[in-house]
Amino acid sequence: MASSVLPARLLGNWRVALGGGLLLLLLLAAVFAPAVAPYDPLDQDLAAQLAPPDWRFGADAHALGTDSLGRDVLSRLIWGSRVALTVAVVAGVLTALLGTALGLAAGFFGGVVDAAISRLVDVWSSFPPVLLSIILVALLGTGLWSVVIAIVVIDWTRFCRVVRAETLKQRRMDYVTAATVAGLTPRAILWREVLPNLLPLTLVLLTLEMGIAVVVEAILSFVGLSISSDAPSWGGMIAEGRSIVHEAPWVLAGAMLVLLATVLGFNLLGDGLKAELDPVLR
Amino acid sequence: MLARRILLRLLQAVPTLIGVAVLVFVLLRVVPGDPVAMMIPPGASADDVVRLHALYGLDRPIFWQFLVWAGQAARGSFGISISLHQGVAGLIASRLPATLELVLLAATIAIVLGVALAVIGTRFAGGGGEAAVDAASGFALAVPDFVWGLGFILIFGVLWPVLPISGRADPMHALDLATGFTLIESLLRLRLVVAGEVLAHMAMPATALALPLAAMIARVLKSSLAEQMGQDYVLIARVKGFSRARVILVEALRNAALPTVSLTGVQVTFLVGGTVLIERLFSYPGIGNLAIDAVINRDLPLIQGLILTFAVLFILINLALDLSYAALDPRLRHG
Repeated sequence: MASSVLPARLLGNWRVALGGGLLLLLLLAAVFAPAVAPYDPLDQDLAAQLAPPDWRFGADAHALGTDSLGRDVLSRLIWGSRVALTVAVVAGVLTALLGTALGLAAGFFGGVVDAAISRLVDVWSSFPPVLLSIILVALLGTGLWSVVIAIVVIDWTRFCRVVRAETLKQRRMDYVTAATVAGLTPRAILWREVLPNLLPLTLVLLTLEMGIAVVVEAILSFVGLSISSDAPSWGGMIAEGRSIVHEAPWVLAGAMLVLLATVLGFNLLGDGLKAELDPVLR
Repeated sequence: MLARRILLRLLQAVPTLIGVAVLVFVLLRVVPGDPVAMMIPPGASADDVVRLHALYGLDRPIFWQFLVWAGQAARGSFGISISLHQGVAGLIASRLPATLELVLLAATIAIVLGVALAVIGTRFAGGGGEAAVDAASGFALAVPDFVWGLGFILIFGVLWPVLPISGRADPMHALDLATGFTLIESLLRLRLVVAGEVLAHMAMPATALALPLAAMIARVLKSSLAEQMGQDYVLIARVKGFSRARVILVEALRNAALPTVSLTGVQVTFLVGGTVLIERLFSYPGIGNLAIDAVINRDLPLIQGLILTFAVLFILINLALDLSYAALDPRLRHG
C-alpha cells in the first residue's frame, strides 16, 4: 500500500512477485527452449535408459535423468512447457472472450437474454468438468485443438457467471445513468463505459483460468487424449513416469513438480492481482 | 408424504435420462471414427469388416439402432461391450461398488477434515491457529486432486513406501466376499485384515479426491461460523460460562451448517466426476477407469451405458441433497 502507482504496488505484493516470477521463468524456458534445453527432447540414447539424475556438470550428464527410451527429462520438461503455455494462453483467452461476451450480454440486456444465458450456465456447470472434458475429446477426436475446444466449451461459465453479476452491479451505478442522460446509446455505454470497468476482474479470472487449462491439458495427455505420446508434454511424461515409477521416479517427480509450480504460479498471481486490483474496482 | 416426494422426483428424472440417452447415442454415432476399427485383425477382408458391422448392428440407420438399444435397455440389457466382449450391464455392475465406496470414503474424509479445520480456525480466531488453517486450506484448494494424487504416489509409494499405489486389494489374496462392496462388507463382517488391506489401497486416491473439497468445506463453514459467533445466543451461552469450544460444537455448528451442506452436495457430484481420473492414476478398478478405456477404444455400447450410469448417480445425489436440506431447514420442510 506504500506506493499509489499501480505497477509498483503490484510488484510490492509478494504473491504477484512470486507467481509472476515463476511464470516468467516458465515463459523464458518455453520461448528459448532450443537454446536452453541441453538435449533434443526426441533424441533417444538407448545406452543411457533410465539414467538417474546426474548433477556433475559434465559434457553429457542428464541433470534430471532420462526416461525409458534414454530421452533427457530436463529437455522434455523444457519443451513440454511450450505445449502447456500454448494451451494456457489460447484456451484461456478464448474462454475469457466467450464467457465475458455472454456475461456482458446477460447482465446488460437482462430480460429474455439474461434468463436464457443464466439457465444455460446453471445446466452447464452442473456437469463434472473432468468427465465432460473426456467425453468431449472422445467426440472431437484427440489433438491439441480438441483440448482447447473442450476447455472453452466447459469453462466459459466461470467468466459468464462473474461478469454477469458485476455488469448488473455496474449498470445500476450513477455513471451509467449519467451516460444515458448524456445521450449515449446502450451499445456505446457497454463498450466505452462498462467494459473498461470489468477488465481488472476479467484479468484475474483469466490468470486463474490459464492455471486450470494447464492442468486440463496435462490430464488429457496423461489419459492419452491430447497430443501424441512422443511429443514432449508434461501429461505424457506423467503417464510414462507413472508406469515406471519404481524404476525411475525422477520422470514422474520432474513432471509433477513443474506442473505444481505452474499451477501455484497462476494461483498466486491471480490471488495477488485480485487483492491489488479490487480497490481499483471500487 | 416423504415417499410421495421421492417418487415424484424420480418420475421427473425419467425424461432427463431419456434425453441424455438420445443425445449421447446420436452424438457418438455422428462423429467420425469406426468403433470396430480396433478389433479388425490385420489381413481381414472387406467382407469381414462388413460382417462385424452387421454383428453390432452398426450398418442400420441411427434411429433403428436407437430403437434396438432402447428395447434392450427396457429389459435391463445395455448391449455387449465391443472391446471387452462382455455384457455392459454386468461390467458396470461389477465395477460400480468400487467407485461408490471410493466416493463415500473421499466424502467422509473431506467432511471430517473440513469441519475439523473450520472448528479449529473458529476456536482460535484472530490468532496463529486461524492463520495456519487459512494457509492450509488455501494451499489444498490451489492444488488440483490430480496433482495431489501424483504427490502421494511419489511420497507414500516411492520415497517412503508405506501404501500400495495400484488396485483395490492385493491380487494374490482371495477376498472371499459376497458383494462388490469390499470395504463395507469386510467391515460389517468384522474381517478387519481384509478391511485394512482395502483401506490401505483406497487411502491415497480417496485423500487426493478429498483434499480440495475439505478446503472448500473449511472455508465456507468457517465464514458461516464467524457469522454465528457474533449472534446474541452465542454471547449468552458464553456469559453463562460455557467454553468457546463447546459453544461452537453444540450451538453454532448446527446453525451454520446449511450453506456447507449445500456446497458439499454440489461438490459430491464433482467428486464422482473426479473419480474418473483418480481411478486411472491409481489403477483402481471402478467405473471411471472403465470409462477412460471405453473412450479410448471407442466402445460405443460401454460409453453409452457408463454415461447413463453417471447421469443416474447425479440425479440420485441431487435427490438426497434436497431431502437433507428439508431435514436441516424447517422452513423448507413445509414449503
